[in-house]
Amino acid sequence: MTFESIAGLYNYWVVIFLMMTGFYIVLARKNLIKSVIGLNIFQTSVFLLYITMGKVEHGTAPIVPPAIAEQQSHASHGVGENAHAAIEHADEAHEVVHEVAHEVALTVADHGGELAHASTEIIYSNPLPSVLMLTAIVVGIATTALALALVVRIREDYGTVDEELILELDRGE
Amino acid sequence: MNFIVFAILALLAITAVAIAKLRELWAVIMFTGIYSFLSASWMIILDAPDVAFTEAAVGAGISTVLMLSTMALTGKAEEIPRKKSLVPLFVVIVTGATLVYGTLDMPHFGSPDAPVQVYPDPSFVKRSEADMHGLPNVVTALLASYRGYDTLGETTVVLTAGIAVLLILRRNDEKDEPTQLAGNKTP
Repeated sequence: MTFESIAGLYNYWVVIFLMMTGFYIVLARKNLIKSVIGLNIFQTSVFLLYITMGKVEHGTAPIVPPAIAEQQSHASHGVGENAHAAIEHADEAHEVVHEVAHEVALTVADHGGELAHASTEIIYSNPLPSVLMLTAIVVGIATTALALALVVRIREDYGTVDEELILELDRGE
Repeated sequence: MNFIVFAILALLAITAVAIAKLRELWAVIMFTGIYSFLSASWMIILDAPDVAFTEAAVGAGISTVLMLSTMALTGKAEEIPRKKSLVPLFVVIVTGATLVYGTLDMPHFGSPDAPVQVYPDPSFVKRSEADMHGLPNVVTALLASYRGYDTLGETTVVLTAGIAVLLILRRNDEKDEPTQLAGNKTP
């Protein structure tokens, strides 16, 4: 176990610690609301696990700076139109002209590609885990709301939210 | 930067243990809000501002409100202290150790050649430049377009959960009303 591997894996270990704390709450605590809170902690640690995986060293948030984004959209529009016009023109004209126009279109496209390449040198962290976790957070709050509604209903019927008292009532003791 | 990360992670761990240890529900719910806020802070450092905003709004906000209203409806029932069983602790330690063993050959934190980073190629950031005509936030592009079906499914889940909550919490007035009416008519 070198220092390097500790520095490279500590994020997973923190997440596992949080996950196991949530798991412990679910297993050990008998109050139903407390169990739901334990599940919530477990869930948040899973979000953190995914998010730490998406991080790239020296990276930044996957948001393209507006200036670069604008420039790129203009560049790609311009290239597209130029190339399109060139190819259309070639269709009408002689075979030789067609070839020349095609070449021009190709070089213009290449140039545009270089432009785009030059401006993406910023390192971005992976946006995919963020998107998955955005969905998961909203689904998580929906299931939490459902669980809490069930707790309220159980309390109405049994008069308690303690798991063992509920089991005793069910057994008719 | 490293110091801030260390402080946040330490506070996260302390908060989680405090939630496990405390018995008074009010305090536990407040700590849950703090826990969500701290995870949102770590997400900001991990370059996921969108998730951090959502976690702060949903985890620290809505979730806390839901828990508090549940507590108001069920009464401030504190946990009954019982004899401690060591079985849950044992299960948790074994599971945790297994998971830690599993991480040993995981790609290191922030490594650019991890499988998550190399697939898909070209990356969504590069693709969205051409596809989205200069939309700055790639997360938005992914959420609404490339993974639009996920978002549709999410909306369905939220709708289903909403309907289920309404059905569960529905008062039983409808059942009582017809009998009452019938009772009124007979005399």
